[in-house]
Amino acid sequence: MAKNGPKDPKNKKLPRLELHVPEPKCRPGKHADFSGLGIPPAGKVARPAIDTPEKDLRHLPYELIRVLDDKGKAVGPWDPKLPAQQLRDGLRHMLLTREFDERMIKQQRQGKTSFYMKCTGEEAVAVAQAMALDDKDMLFPSYRQQGLLVARGCPLVRLMNQIFSNKEDNLKGRQLPIMYSEPDYGFFSISGNLGTQLPQAVGWAMASAYSGDTRIAAGWVGDGTTAEADVHYALTFASVYQAPVILNIVNNQWAISTFQGIAGGEHTTFAARAMGYALPGLRVDGNDFLAVYAATKWAAERARSNFGATVLELYTYRAAAHSSSDDPSAYRPADEWKNWPLGDPVERLKQHLIAIKEWDQARHTALVEELAQHVSEQLKQAASHGTLGNPPPNDPGSMFEDVLKEMPGRLVMQREQMLAFRKLAQPSGEEN
Amino acid sequence: MARMNMIQAVNSAMDVAMARDPKVLTFGQDVGYFGGVFRCTAGLQKKYGKTRCFDTPIAEGGIVAAAIGMGVYGLRPVVEIQFSDYIYPAVDQLVSEAARLRYRSAGGFTAPITLRTPSGGGIFGGQTHSQSPEAIFTHVCGLTTVIPSNPYDAKGLLLASIEDDDPVIFFEPKRIYNGPFDGHHDRPLTPWSKHELSEVPEEYYTLPLGKARIARAGEKVTVIAYGTMVHVCLAAAEETGVDAEVIDLRSLLPLDLDTIVESVKKTGRCVVVHEATRTCGYGAELVSLVQEHCFYNLEAPIERVTGWDTPYPHAYEWDYFPGPKRVGLALKKVLEA
Repeated sequence: MAKNGPKDPKNKKLPRLELHVPEPKCRPGKHADFSGLGIPPAGKVARPAIDTPEKDLRHLPYELIRVLDDKGKAVGPWDPKLPAQQLRDGLRHMLLTREFDERMIKQQRQGKTSFYMKCTGEEAVAVAQAMALDDKDMLFPSYRQQGLLVARGCPLVRLMNQIFSNKEDNLKGRQLPIMYSEPDYGFFSISGNLGTQLPQAVGWAMASAYSGDTRIAAGWVGDGTTAEADVHYALTFASVYQAPVILNIVNNQWAISTFQGIAGGEHTTFAARAMGYALPGLRVDGNDFLAVYAATKWAAERARSNFGATVLELYTYRAAAHSSSDDPSAYRPADEWKNWPLGDPVERLKQHLIAIKEWDQARHTALVEELAQHVSEQLKQAASHGTLGNPPPNDPGSMFEDVLKEMPGRLVMQREQMLAFRKLAQPSGEEN
Repeated sequence: MARMNMIQAVNSAMDVAMARDPKVLTFGQDVGYFGGVFRCTAGLQKKYGKTRCFDTPIAEGGIVAAAIGMGVYGLRPVVEIQFSDYIYPAVDQLVSEAARLRYRSAGGFTAPITLRTPSGGGIFGGQTHSQSPEAIFTHVCGLTTVIPSNPYDAKGLLLASIEDDDPVIFFEPKRIYNGPFDGHHDRPLTPWSKHELSEVPEEYYTLPLGKARIARAGEKVTVIAYGTMVHVCLAAAEETGVDAEVIDLRSLLPLDLDTIVESVKKTGRCVVVHEATRTCGYGAELVSLVQEHCFYNLEAPIERVTGWDTPYPHAYEWDYFPGPKRVGLALKKVLEA
């Protein structure tokens, strides 16, 4: 023990120090309690001009930008006033993302693949953001932004092939399911390690600025990942070089079993992280398609006009388990999602479209059916190329490719050894 | 005595350590309320309170740094890095700090920390849930590296690691958490309860760090392995009928060189096996030591059986994993040489 510990008589009058460990309000067996969140009404936050100096924006990290009110009306200065067709497109992408998730988790449960991660409840984040950005802007996602690919029109069969590690998998069976990489869709290779992509997004944006380009970058991390040093690197470099980048923090309340208080959100917001770096930090209702769209558009315009980076905290709720390996009933109340005060992003946009008489239940039902049909067709196509291990993948030699551009001699040798061993030991195929 | 799997043995070691010594505490991602994603710390928060077993931010460098600071104060923190694939943000704190603190302060400060981390593949975890990075740490002076292969060893070695006054990295091969996986992935896993080394005392005991175990006595060839590969090598010996002596290292550093040298001098042949990537793997060190100490006793070149020099490929996991047939071929090769 240190010499000046509690038994030191000189310290007698001092209070004993206590170690603080944050705890969430509710655990399993109790009812969800979101009474302390203090969700403000929609439409109340002013929308500053995109060239407003950061020092005049320091109230924003503590506000919550919301557009859709409880009745589905778009209110206030952040209403992006999108044409109805764009709203319907947004609804379609969100519904498709949700249907895709539901079908793929079932495939995992049926043993057709090893792993899956849903984004249920968070569809507005990726979908609205992809729609607010230009198609040529570069995306550095984490593992829960499949909606970016859906909104950019990446065929689902491509994603399914990757999930199944089948013979059409563009990643040659190398990556864990859902760790997509889609250069043609401006979607960076998902790492699996946390936060690494955020400073890389800044670097890409710096390169775009250096090159006199017009494209910007956007990166995503979760509330939990903000604790990684990489996020500090991202904020520092984005600030120092005024990089044209949007740094998104998806605060979905849970990092596997730990609530956002463990990530440092107990007494402040994640948007407020931005202030220490002199970056604007906007806190946005992440389940409000219009608010997400508008805030992203604001940050994109700011970046594109050489006013630098913005931090967006997308305030949402992880309705699903962390992954197919996780069981949230062990650590959070079962009724949290049902009681989440910001509702379901799909339902809220649907309600809005109906309120402005651009949608109705019959069309909605028809759309849901059409999308289910579409996912079925894509799934059939993907499964025709195989599912994980069925048939066993037939190009094991490919595992030695792409370690380097040119295969080094030792890998050429190892590939020969591996193939010779396979022939010798397993003429029928599978076992090592 | 109780029957325990590896998870229960690790949990029991933690329980015993925390009950014996108030200076022992544990933390890491999902370690507290949830009890760890592999359940190794289940029940500890309830039993010892939320300040002795708690969740941390997702910041591996921060976890290790905080542990070092606590160690400097005089506590004995045991931290969990959820997957050893996620240890790299902590490498600076481990390599530049924990490993060198005693040396650079001439013993004025020390870091008596233990870092537990699941490692190894065979669970379709892809390249971010399958790695075996032990050789990165055996290359660093000042770190102790332990890898148990069974529940009995896991508990005794973990308790010894916690009591050790220097930093210990304690790898837990996740593929053998629930049973002695022998590489036959297409067969049902035998649970630990059917294995003699699942008999684990519920009370305190330690096993010395740096003392290997002869997992199988034999005369014709020495097989050096650790972790999951011990069971793969035992299967290979059974299936080929080769009279192999299988050494389970239990700790890589300190290394029980005496047991290795004695065995190789007896058998005259040696096969080194690990799941990790081949080049500059720990096997290279073992081969070198055997060559230095047993050259004139060797009847054949030493063989290495390892993972390939690629990241762990998801769909080709079983072509990457050095299974019993690959080990068996190596056994025959050194015998026929």
